[in-house]
Amino acid sequence: MTALLEVRDLRVTIGSTAAVRGASITVNKGETHCLVGESGCGKSISALSVMGLLPRGSKRETTALRFAGEEIGTYGEKQMERLRGDRMAMIFQEPMTSLNPAYTVGSQMTEVLRRHRGTPRAQAVDRAAELLALVGITAPGLRLGQFPHQLSGGLRQRVMIAMALMCDPELLIADEPTTALDVTVQAQILRLLATLQKDLGLGILLITHDLGVVARIADRVSVMYAGEVVESAPTAALFADPEHPYTRGLLTCVPVPGKVKRGEPLGSIPGVVPRVTPGFTGCGFRDRCSQAHAACAGTIPRQAVADGHELLCTLSPGWGRQAAA
Amino acid sequence: MLRFFLRRFAVAVAVALTVLTLAFLLTRVSGDLAISIAGPNATAEDVESIRQAYGLNRPVWVQYFDWLGRAVQGDFGESYFFRDRVANLIAARMPVTITLGLVGLAVALVVSLPLGILAAVREGSWVDRAVGLVAMIGQAMPSFWLGLVLMIVFGLQLAWLPISGVDTWDGYILPGIVLAFSAIPSLTRLTRSGMIEALSSDYIRTARAKGLTRLSILVKHGFRNAAIPVVSIAAVQLGFMLGGSVVIETVFALHGVGFLAWESISKNDFPVVQAVVLVLAIIYIGLTLLADLLNALLDPRLRTA
Repeated sequence: MTALLEVRDLRVTIGSTAAVRGASITVNKGETHCLVGESGCGKSISALSVMGLLPRGSKRETTALRFAGEEIGTYGEKQMERLRGDRMAMIFQEPMTSLNPAYTVGSQMTEVLRRHRGTPRAQAVDRAAELLALVGITAPGLRLGQFPHQLSGGLRQRVMIAMALMCDPELLIADEPTTALDVTVQAQILRLLATLQKDLGLGILLITHDLGVVARIADRVSVMYAGEVVESAPTAALFADPEHPYTRGLLTCVPVPGKVKRGEPLGSIPGVVPRVTPGFTGCGFRDRCSQAHAACAGTIPRQAVADGHELLCTLSPGWGRQAAA
Repeated sequence: MLRFFLRRFAVAVAVALTVLTLAFLLTRVSGDLAISIAGPNATAEDVESIRQAYGLNRPVWVQYFDWLGRAVQGDFGESYFFRDRVANLIAARMPVTITLGLVGLAVALVVSLPLGILAAVREGSWVDRAVGLVAMIGQAMPSFWLGLVLMIVFGLQLAWLPISGVDTWDGYILPGIVLAFSAIPSLTRLTRSGMIEALSSDYIRTARAKGLTRLSILVKHGFRNAAIPVVSIAAVQLGFMLGGSVVIETVFALHGVGFLAWESISKNDFPVVQAVVLVLAIIYIGLTLLADLLNALLDPRLRTA
C-alpha cells in the first residue's frame, strides 16, 4: 500500500506549550486512520498542522510531511491554499457554526469548485446537488437554496461532508465530526463516512475520543497522549493486545460487550492531560501511570510489538499478559 | 418579514407623532409667542392683534390639532422673518444638507471600513493600536475646531479648496471631511470588533479549509458578516450628520437646513425652528427604520424568520 499522507516527527509549539512532540502518522490510500486520546492531547493540532491551518503564533517542524509522495512541509500559504479543499479536505466538530450564516448552502458548496476548478456556476450547482444526494439528503434542490440556520445539526454536518467532497479529495480529515450530534445521527454520519471511503477510495484521518467509533470504522488506530503517539496499531491488534498503560486505561473506560461484567465498575484514569512545555523529557503519562518507574523520566524507547504495531513505553511488549499470568 | 417591517413601521410612526407633539409643546412653554414675535417695543394692542392674526388666542388643544393637521400635510405655516412658506424654505435648503450628509458618510465609510478591517487583521499589533489612537483623537476633536483648522490649512495657506459656500462641488470637501470625523471613530471601532468576531468564527476556519483566497476569506466571508451592524449604524450616523450639520453649515456658511435652523433660532422665527426640528427628527426616524430593514435584508436569519 502506498502512503497517502506521511507525517514524520511532527512538533508543534503554541506559545510556551509543546502541543505536539514528535508524532508520526501515516494514512494509506483508501484507509481510515483514527487518532484517539483525551481532550488536549494534540489530536486536533496535528490535523490542523497537516492542513496548514494552525492558529497564529504556532510553530511547526517535521522531518517529513508528505502528501501523495510530495513534500508539503515546505509549501507556502499560496501552495497550501491550492491543496486545501481540492486534494485534501477537512470537516469539523461544530456543524452548527462551521457554515457561514450569510450564504446559502448552494453558494458555499459551489464556491469550492469554482475556486479550484473554475467550474461554471450551473455545473457546480449540479455537482453540489449530486453530492447532497450522495450524503443522503433528500430534496437537494431545496436544500441548496436554504441557509444554514434552516438546517438541523445532522443535516449541516452532511452538508459539510458533501462540501468537503466537491473536488474529489484524496484525503479527508474529520475532527470529531459526530461529537456534537445526537446518538442516532452519529451512527448515520459514521456509516456515511465508511460508505464514502469504500466507494470513493478516500483516505480518512478521523479524530475521535470515542473508542466505539474506532472499533466500527478504523483500519488503523494511533493513540495520542500529551502530544505524542504512544501506541499505533491495526484496529484489531490494538483492541486485542493493547500495550501502553494509557491505551489499556482508555479501553477500561468504555463498556465492551462480553468483556465487562455486569455490576463491575468501569475503569477511569485519574488526573488530566498535563500541559507540556518545550524541553520536557520522559513519558508524559508517568504521573498518572500505575506502572511508572524511574526509567520513565528518561528517554522513552519506541518499540515494535508486531508488524505495524508500535509502542512508546519503557515496559516491554507483553508486560500485561505476564503480569496477569 | 412583512410582519417585522409593519411592526417597525408602527413604532416609527408612534415616535414621529411624539416628536411632533414635543416640537409643538416646547415652543408653547418657552413663553408667550405673541410677545416674542411682537418684539420689545410693541404695545398691548400690537400683541393682541398678533395673537388674533396667528390664532394664538384659541385653546391650546385647538392650536395643537390645527398645527398637527397642517404639519402632516407638509404645511408648517409661514416664516415671520423670511416672509415665505416654511416648507419652501426647507425644500430649497434640503439638497445642500443632504449632499453634505452623503459626502460626509461616504468619506467616513471610505476611511473607517479599511481602517477597521486592517486593525482587526493585525489585532494587537502596532497597526491596531495606531488605528485605536486615531479613532480616539477623532472622537475627542470638536468639529467646529477641526473645521477652522482645515479652513486655515487647506483653504488659506495651501489655497487648495474653498473655505465657504458650495458654488462649486469642491466646496463640499472640507465640510464633508469634518462631518465624517464625527462618524469615523464609532464606525472604525464597530468594523474592527465585528471583523475580529467574524475572523475568529468557525466558518472562517471552514473557508480556509476550503482553500479560498485570503481576499475571499476576509471580504466575502468575514466582512459580509461584520458589515451587518456597521450598515445599520452608518444609517443612524447619517441621521446624526444631517442633524449635526447645524454647526458645520454655520462654520462653512453653507445655506442648508442647519444654517436655516441657526438663523431662525437667532431671529426667534419659531415656525421655522419647529419645522426644522421636525423634519430632521423624521429623517432620523426614517433612517433608523431603514437601518432595521437593511439589517434584516443582510442577515438571512432575520429575513427568513
